Amino acid sequence: MHVKVMLSTTLRDLVQGYNPHVGIDMEPENGTTAGLLAEAIGIPPAEIKIVMINGRSSSLAAVLNDNDRVAFFPAVGGG
Amino acid sequence: MEFKFVRINMATRECTFEPVPEEYQGLGGRGLTSTVVAREVIPTCTAIGPHNKLVFAPGLLGATNAPNSNRISVGCKSPLTGGIKESNAGGQCGGYLARMGIMALVVENMATEGEWWQLELTKDSAKLVPCTVANLNNFETVEKLRKVYGDKCGYITIGRAGEMKLTAASIACTDRELRPTRHCGRGGSGAVMGSKGLKAIIVNPEGGDIAPMVDEAAFKAASKRFAKALNDHAITQGLADFGSAVLVNILHEAGGLPTKNFTCGQFEGHEDVSGEMLNKNTRERGGEGKVAHGCMTGCLLRCSGLYPDLQGKLKGKWPEYETLWCFGPHSGIRDLDAIVDFDRMCDDIGLDTIDVGVAMGVAMAGGAIPYGDAEAVRRVLQEVSDGTPLGRIIGSGTATTGRVYGVRRVPCVKGQGLPAYDPRAVKGIGVTYATTPMGADHTAGYSVTANILHNGGYVDPLKKEGQIELSRNLQIATASVDSTGLCLFTAFAILDDPDALPAVVDMLNAKFGWKLTCDDVSTLGQRILSTEIDFNRRAGFTEAADRLPDYFTDETVPPHNTNFDITPEELDTVHNYIKK
Repeated sequence: MHVKVMLSTTLRDLVQGYNPHVGIDMEPENGTTAGLLAEAIGIPPAEIKIVMINGRSSSLAAVLNDNDRVAFFPAVGGG
Repeated sequence: MEFKFVRINMATRECTFEPVPEEYQGLGGRGLTSTVVAREVIPTCTAIGPHNKLVFAPGLLGATNAPNSNRISVGCKSPLTGGIKESNAGGQCGGYLARMGIMALVVENMATEGEWWQLELTKDSAKLVPCTVANLNNFETVEKLRKVYGDKCGYITIGRAGEMKLTAASIACTDRELRPTRHCGRGGSGAVMGSKGLKAIIVNPEGGDIAPMVDEAAFKAASKRFAKALNDHAITQGLADFGSAVLVNILHEAGGLPTKNFTCGQFEGHEDVSGEMLNKNTRERGGEGKVAHGCMTGCLLRCSGLYPDLQGKLKGKWPEYETLWCFGPHSGIRDLDAIVDFDRMCDDIGLDTIDVGVAMGVAMAGGAIPYGDAEAVRRVLQEVSDGTPLGRIIGSGTATTGRVYGVRRVPCVKGQGLPAYDPRAVKGIGVTYATTPMGADHTAGYSVTANILHNGGYVDPLKKEGQIELSRNLQIATASVDSTGLCLFTAFAILDDPDALPAVVDMLNAKFGWKLTCDDVSTLGQRILSTEIDFNRRAGFTEAADRLPDYFTDETVPPHNTNFDITPEELDTVHNYIKK
């Protein structure tokens, strides 16, 4: 299956050559979780505070579906 | 040190020092400015007339070494909303006033129309002298005043927008480098200052000092705990590295980034106007640019970076998230350098970036200027300074602009423009927009924390459940934080770290010899909101004013295709702690 991964702020520094305009396209096995995906691209789960799947809040334990868009964020805040 | 009030009568030019009146003892910041306005201003008065008062106050933790505690609060009846207004800013002036022992500066009455005055303020003298900088915008005003009064003063000024009494006019306060870039932005307080004939306040802190502490050792210990809570919190580092603009990408991802006058919750060009891009350009261009810059002495968060141009020369400060949003996604502009210019122009002319930026997108919706046209925005901002009819319309903010151009969808509550979160995709902030006595204001109860940032718990932003309680609790807590002089961004740590709020309470107790508990903080917040809402009731506002425009209920917004479905009856329960 195909998923797209988007990274924010400091997480981008953990993935060499990350292009924020396109994200990372991946073809993981069926049944993969968001957390396994993060590890596969070299981001320690402890660095991740917020997981969004298709624009909705989710978790590292969430099982992914084909064509999901997964976004990882560290702790961020402003306003 | 003696704590005092200073009253300035603009009609007689009498300047009076008095002891803090009994009824205002123990109050500071927003708690003080709102209480003075509620007691002393006739709620039905003309906001730019002689019966309104303009009140400046540092917070309760001013004149201490507590981190991030030097904000200045300004209060008045708002010419924009017609209700009570409190707006606060960083920079140096709040800390200076506090160290001078001035708990409140109350500007009353008006000068003869057409006359301009500047106020020379020291710790024991206040004098109005004829203004030497009328007709100038903020940067030139401060530059000229510095030549006379020097670099050790703080400067509180209005630009041409305030002189023209435009309802989106702000009051500028200088930062550590004497740039007039920290603004009491919302609600048109700059127009009130202009109406009084007061162009500038020169705050000379000479001879001022840290306030005496009832228990110095206890204060020091509590202050250290508070600093630790701030330094340890993960959000702190992100604020320094990416500014408040760190929010652009996460709001885009969550579908809550209002685009093209709130017709979509995502913006194709989000990356170009993001905090990540501010950081990248600042680092790559180098020169006078700076990542992590604090606007006030004692700031540990340092969110106000400095943005260089392509040659490395300082172009402007890092725009805040809301500024980037309204001149960016909301107006269809993805040119970061242009938005930095717009931010600087607003600082210079003395304008609320939010109400003016939202007005630009509304003017685009009404066909007055082309959507996405950065050069048109630049021209129109210049027209605000020049005082052309179009400039004055835009400088009067979102509501006026929408009305003049016959726009159906005008994002306002109580006449104040909605900030940078779509209330259909971040419903908790919609509750705050609707029900805060300030008019649409995200800072009044920042539900984005639990809705989007997983800060202080989590409440699903797309569902209605839990939003009323979330907004209520945050509005109450915020009214208290706004009374301390603490920067609201300290609230991220306060919401997550169980020792942060007790540390704040311990600092207050150690400074004043009080015996407050954390519960008292909530009581204080309720009291302030009750006072503000009572003012609005006497000004003629009923609960019917606590509503979002109906199109937010009628129409869904992509990508989540949700509407704002919290009912009027539910909204009317937000302030259920007020006895009727």
